[in-house]
Amino acid sequence: MNNEETEIKEKTRAILEGLESNRENLIPILQKIQEELGYLPPYAMIEVARFLNIPEIDVYSVATFYNQFRLTPPGKHSIRVCMGTACHVKGGHIALAAWQRRLKIGPGETSPDREFDLDTVACVGCCAMAPVTVVDKKVEAKADPTKVDGILLSYQLQKEKEEKENN
Amino acid sequence: MPVVLVGTATCGRAAGALEVLQAIKDTVKKQNLNCLIYEVGCMGHCYAEPLIILRKPGFPSICYGHVSPVLAENLVTNLILNDDPSLEFVLGSLEENDLIPSFSDFPRSKYEKRILLKNCGHINPEEIEHYIANGGYESLSKALQMKPVEIVSEVKRSKLRGLGGAGFPTGEKWDVCRHSEGEPKYLICNGDEGDPGAFMDRAILESDPHSVIEGMVIAGYAIGARHGYIYVRAEYPLAVQRVRNALLQAEKYKFLGENILGSGLSFDIKLFQGSGAFVCGEATALIASIEGKPGMPRHRPPRVAVQGLFGKPTILNNVKTLAYVPHIIKNGADWFLQTGTERSKGTAVFALAGKVVNTGLVEVPMGTTLRQLVFQVGGGITKGKRFKAVQIGGPSGGCLPESALGLPIDFDSLQESGAMMGSGGMVVLDEDDCMVEVARYFLDFTQKESCGKCTLCRLGTKQMLDILEDITKGHGMMEDLETLEQLAEDIKQGSLCGLGRTAPNPVLTTLRYFREEYEAHIKEGRCPALMCQTLIAYYILPEKCARGCDACVGTCTVEAITTDKKRRIKVIDQEKCVKCNTCLAACPPQYDAVVRLSPPDKVPKSEGK
Repeated sequence: MNNEETEIKEKTRAILEGLESNRENLIPILQKIQEELGYLPPYAMIEVARFLNIPEIDVYSVATFYNQFRLTPPGKHSIRVCMGTACHVKGGHIALAAWQRRLKIGPGETSPDREFDLDTVACVGCCAMAPVTVVDKKVEAKADPTKVDGILLSYQLQKEKEEKENN
Repeated sequence: MPVVLVGTATCGRAAGALEVLQAIKDTVKKQNLNCLIYEVGCMGHCYAEPLIILRKPGFPSICYGHVSPVLAENLVTNLILNDDPSLEFVLGSLEENDLIPSFSDFPRSKYEKRILLKNCGHINPEEIEHYIANGGYESLSKALQMKPVEIVSEVKRSKLRGLGGAGFPTGEKWDVCRHSEGEPKYLICNGDEGDPGAFMDRAILESDPHSVIEGMVIAGYAIGARHGYIYVRAEYPLAVQRVRNALLQAEKYKFLGENILGSGLSFDIKLFQGSGAFVCGEATALIASIEGKPGMPRHRPPRVAVQGLFGKPTILNNVKTLAYVPHIIKNGADWFLQTGTERSKGTAVFALAGKVVNTGLVEVPMGTTLRQLVFQVGGGITKGKRFKAVQIGGPSGGCLPESALGLPIDFDSLQESGAMMGSGGMVVLDEDDCMVEVARYFLDFTQKESCGKCTLCRLGTKQMLDILEDITKGHGMMEDLETLEQLAEDIKQGSLCGLGRTAPNPVLTTLRYFREEYEAHIKEGRCPALMCQTLIAYYILPEKCARGCDACVGTCTVEAITTDKKRRIKVIDQEKCVKCNTCLAACPPQYDAVVRLSPPDKVPKSEGK
């Protein structure tokens, strides 16, 4: 067993502690793991299968069926572009293109420096503020390409400030 | 004592309500003002977010819109310290009075009737006392003095139909479950509001969660259920948080759990978070997902009322249906029957979005026409553009043209027109929206969300999407239109659940009402609405472009616009242009020089270098 494997399995076991070994708990368990670890590592899924006493493939099939679960590590900041109807007619696809252009990654990917991960979301229900992008859980209203640049700039400035303080 | 209410539902937060709330808290502390501050839910006027309401004895309750932190500070101090209601910023007052125009004076109020939304935006959803003070849980105590069969027959008599979209009579469903064998029975509240463009259930769960819980306890008692679930989408974190909090409070007050209000009835509710699958709005898929399986629908019968969650009799009702139950128990079926049409009673809640002036939540009696909803309540189309269509019912619904605006909104008339009521999402489209692109958008959605169980849904939607993509890129052929219609028929026939059976509706309705747009794409390579990116080009009209202005140059996100040295006008490099529309938005209205041309070869050849 390598270090990563041990670490992930230990963390998973800590999350599972006190929970009932019920198939019904599978989705809540996976949600909890993702909340703590940011994604569902294979070792964590193996551990969950053992805990619930179900085949590993059953855990994997649930993890890949639902859009919410991700199998790769997230970036430091999450960008979720809303693809709802109202956002679409107000330029949601244009906003997505702007994010892709600036971050140089596609939906479902994480930037090589692990600063950002980009994805789409079906609809966050803020249709009156369209087009919206959810940046680190905050809903940004009227997120057109200009606002995209503004948001990225503010992150860059913040990062530079932090680096200066650290030095 | 003066009270400040701040609307902090998700829409409000997106517009900056939390910053406003903080500014008000700071002011109150700094000036040492004697007043209460509450967070409330969605008031429905999303177009004017962030919204605040100020209450002071001697004044009516005043609602202000488009509030910024600085403005909020001034509004609060002006009213509380100086008795100045800052009339220029008022949106409306909540009660009729001589001083300030009230919401009931708005022309739209003639068409609105707020029953489900009555509390939304006026009470603090985090405090159960606010709900109780407004008559909450009275219906529960009344219901507990009735026999379960009396409750079912009252709901049956009211002709309440499922407000999730299908419109199945609620009372009849309950009756089936009541008589089904098997213990324990389950009651599930379906808050998996997956339709893009719909946010009614989110708003109710965020703004008035106790109304849903009260409805669930009554329904649980009526059908003899022991356990309940509220299934909420993972995309609604605030709704999840507020429901969780409301459940704890209801338990503490003995409205939930063991021996409810001393009646001997026991009923508990668990909160289950969905994981982002549209198909889970379907009853059997939702049940599979609670059981910890992939959300794939199964064949019916057996009906879920007979064999549902864990194989036991189960009732699944939409958020709004359950929120209606306390009102019906309190006021009686006869009261409910007064509103609505012959076959659809009560009110319908709609989420108005898209190109309409008053975006937000509205509640109107069934039978209100689409025209009244879009033009009187919604205030018409933004920027003086022309109405083109209204998309109703989400991916299962359709796009209805101007000629259909006279249709009354009820379950049956909309179905006949090829759309459906759906759960209440309504997106208004104007002349800038391409109907082929809208159809493509929905097929893209359903194709991705198809669970893959039925072949025709899995592969047929993919085939339709490929054809629509070809058309929006100018590679379509006329015979494609027949193929689309054929495929649509096959998918409807060959799919098990509502997702597949209704997925072709957006294509069928646009083909039926907007066929000429399909033909323009295919025959001329032209997008009449100037929306399909492959078929348009951005162009700056030389005669209109102003020499001294370079607004577009600075805003271009890819530096595709340069100034022509000789003539001092701006030119777009078509190779670099990504068609992001920023220059068109930036060009000052007095010049209005940036235009979209379709087909793209309309751009003069000498330009664009």
